[in-house]
Amino acid sequence: MSDVPILKVENLCKSYGDLEVLKSVSFEVRKGEKKVFVGPSGTGKSTLLRCINQLTAPDSGFVYLNGEEIVHSGKKINAYRQKMGMVFQNFNLFDHLTAVRNVELALLKVKKMDRKSAREKAMYELEQVGMADRADFYPAQLSGGQAQRVSIARALAMDPEVMLFDEPTSALDPELKREVMEVMRTLAAQGMTCIVVTHEMKFATSFATEIYLMEKGEIVEHGPPSEIPTSPNFVKTRAFMGSYADE
Amino acid sequence: MFESISAVTNSAGYILGGVGVTLLLVGLSLFIGFICGIVLTLGQVYGPALVRRFVGVYVWFFRGLPNIVLLFLFYFALFPFMGFDMPAFGVAVTVLGLRSAAYQSQIFRGAIQSLSDGQMLAARSLGMTRWQAIRSIILPQSLRLSLPGWSNEYPVLLTDSSVAYVIGVAELLTRTSQVISRTGEPMILYLTCAVIFILLNYGGMMIIQYVEKKVRIPGFGNNEAECL
Repeated sequence: MSDVPILKVENLCKSYGDLEVLKSVSFEVRKGEKKVFVGPSGTGKSTLLRCINQLTAPDSGFVYLNGEEIVHSGKKINAYRQKMGMVFQNFNLFDHLTAVRNVELALLKVKKMDRKSAREKAMYELEQVGMADRADFYPAQLSGGQAQRVSIARALAMDPEVMLFDEPTSALDPELKREVMEVMRTLAAQGMTCIVVTHEMKFATSFATEIYLMEKGEIVEHGPPSEIPTSPNFVKTRAFMGSYADE
Repeated sequence: MFESISAVTNSAGYILGGVGVTLLLVGLSLFIGFICGIVLTLGQVYGPALVRRFVGVYVWFFRGLPNIVLLFLFYFALFPFMGFDMPAFGVAVTVLGLRSAAYQSQIFRGAIQSLSDGQMLAARSLGMTRWQAIRSIILPQSLRLSLPGWSNEYPVLLTDSSVAYVIGVAELLTRTSQVISRTGEPMILYLTCAVIFILLNYGGMMIIQYVEKKVRIPGFGNNEAECL
């Protein structure tokens, strides 16, 4: 394993007006690691993810992807983003395109693949998430869990080095959560590097190689899942987040 | 009565030629309005402050003046002053097109702003440039959503097109009036003119409805509740 982390976040800060959403957040991710961020709502977890792939510009701080600084990379950010697949809470599938066209669009436009290879690749990714039989369905014709699996396939199609999951199961019923978590576990087992923001504590402890507890824009505690759940901070948070507890 | 009918039949070819001119005038104006409307919208939604302000002034100008004032202004004053020697038809197309662009831009803007931010975020997260996202995601969706509002532009432009009469464009109304002054048969000829406008209107709306159905996507743009 190389010494350079896939992703290194250094002193990221972000404020909206007077509200400090991120207060100098730093951490590193190495190949194959699964970092899971938990904490009450409004503590900057989602903002952190968006500041990593620059969908939100941080006020200060640095993000290194394979050692290259990307916060100030200008137009090159489009190339960096391809290496960081993102999955959103609300799926954000392109509503006017079928499942398979959702997956192949960026292959055609960004990777400039020819139609045939793009379609093959898209179908392969849909098979990986068990959605090949829904390839010609429009987003509105899919259940939430199916839509989220398609959106995972869409991100995977770009062959990312790290996947960013922004509360991937928060918008789903318990039953549908499970199918999405199953896909994530399979991905993890294949060695995909993941950064996950979630409220699912049980999933977090079984999925993560390291759990980060965030509160008010700061990482207040982090460690392997075997230690974190017994720490006083975590117990407090867990009580606070009671309504989000697992099924 | 017989004479009236022969007045129409004798000049039928001439008047129908006017239908061609009217349709060309409306078609070109709609097209110019569509292209310029999209450009204006993108400027207004995604452009820098200066561009946004320009679009604001543009829309305010073209929506604020009566058609006939705009036509006179461009035909007799602005274009001659700028040294453009444009035939009346060209001026009419330009003025109606630019005016329609102002209206169309606001239809498109409403549609773009009704899309969720997530569409743009998802596109950018995949490494698409802003322009790629606009072309492949934002425009295809917002244009579909625009269609119901946009379908209003055709009858508006069609009826507005007869104002080109005032600068002598040989469109339907102009030719009808010319035949009337020659034959003295206003009743039958104006009625014919009116019926033709209604038919053109109806035909155009049928086409637009066909397109609307053709580009419809399951579950997109609120057509779920249609059967309620």
